[in-house]
Amino acid sequence: MHTSSTAVAENHAHDNPALLHHFSTEAQQRNAASLGMWVFLAQEVMFFGGMFCAYLVYRFKYPADFAAASKSIAILPGAVNTAVLICSSLTVVLAVRAAQLGKRKALVAWLLLTIFLGLVFLGIKGYEYHDKYVEHHIPGPSFHFDGDLIDHPGVPASQAHTQMYFSLYFAMTGMHALHMIIGVGIFAYLAWMAWRGKYGAEYYTPIENSGLYWHFVDIVWIYLFPLIYLIDRHK
Amino acid sequence: MANHFPNEAEATHDHISSVGSSVAIWLILLVFTGLTVGAAFIDLGPLNTVVALTIATIKATLVVLFFMHVKYTNEKLVPLVIVSAIFFLFLLLGLSMGDYATRVWR
Repeated sequence: MHTSSTAVAENHAHDNPALLHHFSTEAQQRNAASLGMWVFLAQEVMFFGGMFCAYLVYRFKYPADFAAASKSIAILPGAVNTAVLICSSLTVVLAVRAAQLGKRKALVAWLLLTIFLGLVFLGIKGYEYHDKYVEHHIPGPSFHFDGDLIDHPGVPASQAHTQMYFSLYFAMTGMHALHMIIGVGIFAYLAWMAWRGKYGAEYYTPIENSGLYWHFVDIVWIYLFPLIYLIDRHK
Repeated sequence: MANHFPNEAEATHDHISSVGSSVAIWLILLVFTGLTVGAAFIDLGPLNTVVALTIATIKATLVVLFFMHVKYTNEKLVPLVIVSAIFFLFLLLGLSMGDYATRVWR
């Protein structure tokens, strides 16, 4: 390092102002930022993993009650929401691409479309939550589940066990929806800064890393959708 | 400048996804979503869960590799972080179920 500190300083002089002094190259700076984001996402895996683990344990313990509760959920809104999130992941990819190519207006457009799709997802989620409210499927004093155990027609499902299903349903989809709300907020900020011309081919780390966050939230839903809506449907 | 990090010599530019390949991955993800919904209505017994989670894992892998650019990353520690996250997730799920699933005396 000591032989080339002058060279590094000269190199920095030609570079864009976004390159911080403790990185040698733009690529090294981007890689460091990306690695940091991935470590954050690894932590998110453990965060959601705890809830997936709770779901697994209780589903294993009360399979017939969970199947009855799962079958009471309409499949169409969940399937549409899965498609909406996949579309929003594509618009994120195209936003990152627009930033890398320095296309400011295209970047803003893709970011706004991503926000729109995120809001569509949350709207459909709200519609589903309203259904749960009408059906008294929100855990609490007014909770009530009408339905028989899937394997034993005529035997009503346990109120306590189906309530556990819906507690996990709201915890998992609610925490996912909170991530979506935060994502929409981040993307709104990005769209504003992108409009002001802050990002371009030489600096797009916030777009790239926020994109990673958005894709991660998409992946969580990719697992939530079959686990909550699908796997007991055939029974 | 003198290059202290030889593996970065070729890594001055990040991969830029082509529109065509991104749209192709998007279509594959939508097809798999349709497949998993369709498969859910066919009675495969315990295999329903296996099929649903396999399709979900294929979709997640496509998102990670192509949409999150991991296939083209220059940072070799990123795959390590991902493998670590999956390993610890399985440790959490595996050991928990190893306990709960074997409590036959209760």
